[in-house]
Amino acid sequence: MDSQTPMSSSIQLAHGSGGLMTRELLDQIIFSTFKNPFLEQKHDGAIVPLKGPVVISTDSFVVSPIFFAGGNIGDLAINGTVNDVAMCGGVPEFISLGFIIEEGLDTSDFVKIVQTIKAAAEEAGVLIVTGDTKVVESGKGDKIFINTTGIGSPHPRAHISMDRIRPGDQLLVSGPIAAHGMAILSQREGLQFESEIRSDTTCLNHLVSDLLDEFGDQVHLLRDPTRGGISSVCSEIAQDSALGVLLRETALPLDPQVAAACEMLGLDPLYVANEGIFCAIVDAEAAPKILERMKSHPKGGRAALIGEIRSEYPGKVVMESAVGGSRIVTPLIGEQLPRIC
Amino acid sequence: MKFLTEYRNLEATQQVIRQIEKAITRPWKIMEICGGQTHSLVRNGLLELLPEEVQMIHGPGCPVCVTPMQLIDQAVELMEKGVILCSFGDMVRVPGSTISLLEAKARGGELRILYSPLEAVRIARENPGREVVFFAVGFETTAPANALSVLQAEKEGLSNYSLLVSHVLVPPAMEGILDDPFCAIDAFLGAGHVCAIMGYREYHPIAAKYQIPIVVTGFEPLDLVQGIHRAVVQLEKGEYRVENQYARAVSEAGNLQAQKVIHQVFEIADRQWRGIGTIPRSGYALREAYRPFDASHKFGLAEETNTESGECMAGDILKGLKKPHQCPHFGKKCTPRTPMGAPMVSSEGACAAYYHFAPNP
Repeated sequence: MDSQTPMSSSIQLAHGSGGLMTRELLDQIIFSTFKNPFLEQKHDGAIVPLKGPVVISTDSFVVSPIFFAGGNIGDLAINGTVNDVAMCGGVPEFISLGFIIEEGLDTSDFVKIVQTIKAAAEEAGVLIVTGDTKVVESGKGDKIFINTTGIGSPHPRAHISMDRIRPGDQLLVSGPIAAHGMAILSQREGLQFESEIRSDTTCLNHLVSDLLDEFGDQVHLLRDPTRGGISSVCSEIAQDSALGVLLRETALPLDPQVAAACEMLGLDPLYVANEGIFCAIVDAEAAPKILERMKSHPKGGRAALIGEIRSEYPGKVVMESAVGGSRIVTPLIGEQLPRIC
Repeated sequence: MKFLTEYRNLEATQQVIRQIEKAITRPWKIMEICGGQTHSLVRNGLLELLPEEVQMIHGPGCPVCVTPMQLIDQAVELMEKGVILCSFGDMVRVPGSTISLLEAKARGGELRILYSPLEAVRIARENPGREVVFFAVGFETTAPANALSVLQAEKEGLSNYSLLVSHVLVPPAMEGILDDPFCAIDAFLGAGHVCAIMGYREYHPIAAKYQIPIVVTGFEPLDLVQGIHRAVVQLEKGEYRVENQYARAVSEAGNLQAQKVIHQVFEIADRQWRGIGTIPRSGYALREAYRPFDASHKFGLAEETNTESGECMAGDILKGLKKPHQCPHFGKKCTPRTPMGAPMVSSEGACAAYYHFAPNP
């Protein structure tokens, strides 16, 4: 058997054995897709050039189903890690890619995921420089799990930290909320809507870099509201900064079909996962310009000013309701939706 | 969605609040029956917008909260026996006498969280070698779908599907509350969704016997303030009638088709309410003809009576005698992560509503 033997139609245990079939999988699917000098070193790892401090973030992806409207586990894995590096004020450059595949996964599905990873990495401008593939017995995994680690350098103008938050700072969100969680859930529940709910998974590093280029240390904090949604990000900010967060319900950008799905399933969009938006706490004076800049970027067209930092209720998140009342927003307790990413 | 946003309109809601302020001359205690209404009141911050004289008392209308502990123990027992247990999401974190359904799942039991009992029938169809039980909890609102699942399973000849029934009914609970010598409730907001199924004919004799206004009310902010306004107007005039604020969903006779399905499958039975005790003729049980679909019968589940933790005052809260924050354990020993009783767990529970949403309870 040589590397030109066509792959079997499904992934088998031997594809993770380290022997010939592993070679076959790597050559035919991985190396042929991700061509770059670092990967072609064919070391056990990759030697990459980095100067000064390094930003590093790792994340594992176990989403079910692996294919969903708006993406699949592949672009989710790249975007998720790219965004985590960007939220630290980093410029992501290199990605490591680890697969844990359940025996029996259709090879065509694996190829589709790898192709999506390629496209997502290209869009984000990152290189896949090292990786690993393991195969577990049927029933011991669930189709495919992916681990990605992202490495980059800090943006030269970034000065992002919890202790930079001040009362009066404004809270911006880069796009409509709750799309990813509701896309996964409506797929799981077989809900049909007039227009399909699509996951918002996308890379945010270019938009973040643009904001940091222009506004530098006027950006005080960045967070992507993934699992636990906006409520968890705001609760963390309130608790860690010992300041209050005020949210305005009517200002939250929310697509009508996502709002309808939340109504039907009894979920609060504040708690639903996102994969393609971020929250920014910014200097009050600079906020209007930052918002304008976000709106002029393709990844931030529907950005909005949703709240501000207050000193009155330290450690708490308060939301002004549409009818003029107010309520406390608590962090998510327990699991709202397992295996969302 | 326009239909919803109209009922969440700031101006319209505040206009009705001003009408309540104008109409009211003295304090009145109004009980909203349904936990969904409690949540909407707290979540939208309505309690702080209403005039002081309006005192809202939160009723027992959270099915999860009133499901007896031994039913949860029975569901855990079924999971330990290898049954695929299907449940609405709200039920899974409620503590039984030892563990919750979620903990039983972590110990290897099979639990499926569903939005519809018909999904459970599908699971039974796809797993012919396994027993599948749906935890049929709820008021009259969920009864038609649960009944329908039995009819569907019967039609398909599925012998591996059954219900663990804990259905409760609203009107007997209202009478139970009114018969309590400590009851101080002046008016009821009727539970809109229950009435969408059952109509509100049953409420006329209650309103007359106890001389109490009952306003069938919806769940959005504007619905709630309109319901409260109508109740206050009646109270101020000394009237006691049944009114229907939620006419866009509720008719006097209700949904006759749904009622037919309910009565085909279920019959009225005595039911135990967690925290309240047994109320005669206050729930549904499967009819004799559908006994093969009754999980407690099929699996010979023990009817042990487990006593509640004496520290949890859920009973007083469900009867409207106490507010959640009047409990010494509220927010301290008892939180949604470490619930001592069901009202802290369920998304419709009064304690959880106060814990999650109330800025200054």
